Amino acid sequence: MLATSRNFETAARAGLANDNLQRALGLARTGFPLRRRLAVERLPEFEALREAGRSIKDHTLQHLDFYLEFYEGQVIASGGKVHWARTSQEACAAVLQICRSAGAKVVTKGKSMVAEEVGLNDFLEANGITPVETDLGEYIIQLRHEPPSHIIAPAIHLVKEQVADTFRAEHRSLDPDRPLFEPRQMCDEARAVLRPRFLAADVGITGANFLVAETGSSIIVTNEGNGDLTQTLPRIHIVMTSIEKLVPTFEDAATLLRLLARSATGQEFSSYTTISTGPRRSDDLDGPEQYHVVLLDNGRSAMIGTEFQDMLRCIRCSACMNHCPVYAAVGGHAYGWVYPGPMGAVLTPSLIGIEEAGHLPNASTFCGRCESVCPVKIPLPKMMRHWREREYAKKLSPPVYRSGLSVWAWVARRPALYHSFAEIASRVLGWAGGGRGRFRALPLAAGWTRVRDMAAPEGRSFHSLWEQRMKSGAGR
Amino acid sequence: MSETRERILADIRNSLGRGRLDATVDTELRARIARHRRNLVPGRATALDGQGRVELFITMAEEVQATVTRVSSPTAVPEAVARYLAAENLPAELVMAPDPGLEKIPWSTWPLLRIRRGRAEPEDRVSVTPCHAAIAETGTLMLVSGAQAPTTLNFLPETHIVLVRADQVVATYEDGWDRLRIGKAPEVLPRAVNFITGPSRTADIEQHIELGAHGPRRLHIVLVENGQATRSEENEQYSAPAGR
Amino acid sequence: MHVALFVTCLVDLFRPTVGFAAVKLLEDAGCTVEVPRRQTCCGQPAYNSGDRADAKGIALQVFDAFAGYDYVVAPSGSCAGMLRVHYPELFTDDPENLPRAQELAGRSWELVSFLVDVCGMQAVAVQWDRRATYHDACSGLRELEVKLQPRQLLATIAGLTLEELPGAEVCCGFGGTFCIKYPEISDKMVTDKAVDITATGAEAVLAGDLGCLLNMAGKLYRQGRQVEVRHVAEVLAGMTGVPSIGAPR
Repeated sequence: MLATSRNFETAARAGLANDNLQRALGLARTGFPLRRRLAVERLPEFEALREAGRSIKDHTLQHLDFYLEFYEGQVIASGGKVHWARTSQEACAAVLQICRSAGAKVVTKGKSMVAEEVGLNDFLEANGITPVETDLGEYIIQLRHEPPSHIIAPAIHLVKEQVADTFRAEHRSLDPDRPLFEPRQMCDEARAVLRPRFLAADVGITGANFLVAETGSSIIVTNEGNGDLTQTLPRIHIVMTSIEKLVPTFEDAATLLRLLARSATGQEFSSYTTISTGPRRSDDLDGPEQYHVVLLDNGRSAMIGTEFQDMLRCIRCSACMNHCPVYAAVGGHAYGWVYPGPMGAVLTPSLIGIEEAGHLPNASTFCGRCESVCPVKIPLPKMMRHWREREYAKKLSPPVYRSGLSVWAWVARRPALYHSFAEIASRVLGWAGGGRGRFRALPLAAGWTRVRDMAAPEGRSFHSLWEQRMKSGAGR
Repeated sequence: MSETRERILADIRNSLGRGRLDATVDTELRARIARHRRNLVPGRATALDGQGRVELFITMAEEVQATVTRVSSPTAVPEAVARYLAAENLPAELVMAPDPGLEKIPWSTWPLLRIRRGRAEPEDRVSVTPCHAAIAETGTLMLVSGAQAPTTLNFLPETHIVLVRADQVVATYEDGWDRLRIGKAPEVLPRAVNFITGPSRTADIEQHIELGAHGPRRLHIVLVENGQATRSEENEQYSAPAGR
Repeated sequence: MHVALFVTCLVDLFRPTVGFAAVKLLEDAGCTVEVPRRQTCCGQPAYNSGDRADAKGIALQVFDAFAGYDYVVAPSGSCAGMLRVHYPELFTDDPENLPRAQELAGRSWELVSFLVDVCGMQAVAVQWDRRATYHDACSGLRELEVKLQPRQLLATIAGLTLEELPGAEVCCGFGGTFCIKYPEISDKMVTDKAVDITATGAEAVLAGDLGCLLNMAGKLYRQGRQVEVRHVAEVLAGMTGVPSIGAPR
């Protein structure tokens, strides 16, 4: 997918000014954290499970080469095929080759962020194959020609009126006077419109939340059932996934699954958690005849062994963005690529470069809420800080900040000088604030005073007052 | 393609600062997989006895909008299914998994029910399937695919009815998976294992939860309380998925 | 107990009252308090901007200035967090100075948690007739687990009713350099915070970090809302006669 992360500031402003988006975000901002909290309160072992989950992922990453080879062997033993892809182009080419061999014209898709990452839909269309998104949120944004704004709720940026407008515009064969006011009506319409598409598909493409090395299986976690229809009905099932999704055994997957739904939506378990292994068996009555796994690297192997390795533990639950006040303010599109919010701020520079994605790790207050809810304890603010360190070293930050910072640091290392400046500043600003006690405008602080008042200093610095107190012997 | 494979594996090893793992470590990792040890398992269901598990399963399943009818023996099942369909104003027509255990139920005692065996077709509105296990911790059904249990029955029809025997109710996902591993080579699995928790749903439009997005709108569980917690040859056959 | 006060640059410049309140509370708790002269900043602005070199330089100065005291106490969760959590990280690759960082970290504390958890303070003898609400500043909350302690002490103030703030744990949007680099996003966050504060009907809002307080006060005044903004230390020390943050003098 084409990245527009460079435009974060403009896109963020647009998001802040977008009334529909703000309405939609308002619904999500309180809903997700509440539901997650209730689910966590209900499971006393939740904290211990986070530690177990972290451990499983770390172990797998430390031995990822072994587990990938073992996994591949099991996929082949169960009748499937693995296609390795270092780049987006290789991944798209692999999918195309499978589709062409099967003479496929229509492809249904379950939600896959990896497919978004490699720009699969546009690529297939350019090659004469029609991809049909089946996850309701993905379907809606496909009709609107928009990218997803959230990794599990792709259409979260829309209000229902926008969905209704889109359906009226795109489902032209239906009665234009039909009622489309409530989500129920829109869901029913999507169900009816997509059912024939499911049945007519030649190829079904899903993602994978986990890959199980022990059995060569892929696991999808959904609520709608579209993923299962996508991977069961067509002749060919392709799993678009990436190398860090591996876990060693089903028991390891079960541990992470206990964390996933609770962290994502506050559900105990998703409606459908499906473990798939290979194509249909000789006596099965249904199921795909071919099972393919496209395993993408795209920069992940380069993250291993670096200060960003922990990011590969991510199980794509979305808890971080659901709790992030910055995401809640600007929405997912501002981040300009597939992965928004805190996990996007850390992962995106690794995959598309810090030059392109520089704003993302900077647009954070390091409040730490993301890290506190991450089911696998990824130290997200720490890694955003590491990106800032890399930018600083490469001189990518704006010169005015760099020089301002240098001056500040230079003075801060000279206490006597610093204290003089502080005393002067507190006296001047304290005096300028007058009886009012605050400023409505302050030169050099326009960013602040445009929208807030600035309290005036009390008029003397603490150190000068303390020194005075010490000299006079008062307060002892 | 194998060149890409080698390149990716080499990149990973390079990042880890080592070459291929030596034979000792390789053996250890294979042993870890073969042991498939459980990690921490929540105590919610594990301390319960059979009856306690059944009660928890029902409570959790109803929480996610599955509906449950309890019957005391297999002979009561046909009537229970028929009454459910009537109450939902659905035609008494269903497609059933060609499962030998289901065949032991006296369907002919309720001739109003018109039953076809096989996989689901687009016109099917109601399906009936067995399950492999019922997981008490979250009210989750474990269904496995096979010649006698086609997966389409779980997803295509709008109404999905699942027969659960009380002795199939286990505490945890790991318990259910262990039942799958019994008597089979570990690497050979059914094509699909579905863990199903309530009917299909979505919250993609303004966070409103709506049931029946693409999968079944209704999930109805008929729980047969046969009063026996023991497993017999017959029970194995009822629940065993087809192998390869 | 021999305590050195880490003043913090914001307290030094904007509100010495907070520093004097901290001293009073520490002395009431039985500590002797000194204010090392060679302190300026904890180095957070440099650290969070990716400038590890300058952050280290400032940290080394902090090690020197605060050597020899039993405890280092700051009326700020973010500065205390810098000393306690981040200095060891800063010197991970510096075996010569890492021990100094760890040693300092082990005796560095945020003020209110120090009073309650180390000094065992259980109550303050203060009267303040107000309905107030409390904002949990992020660093104190998440890095140092400061949550219950301020509420415990505030509960002992005669005449004070504490309303829980919905979204108390949501960031106010200050974030140090963030409010300068991304002012519109910061504004949205502090606007939401002001809405939450106003909705409680509280007459006052308190917190343990001056950055948050300046941010919230600035927004509340700009919106013309009559809410008194104070640092929790000045309230606990009974110094509420001083004009509140941003108030007329």
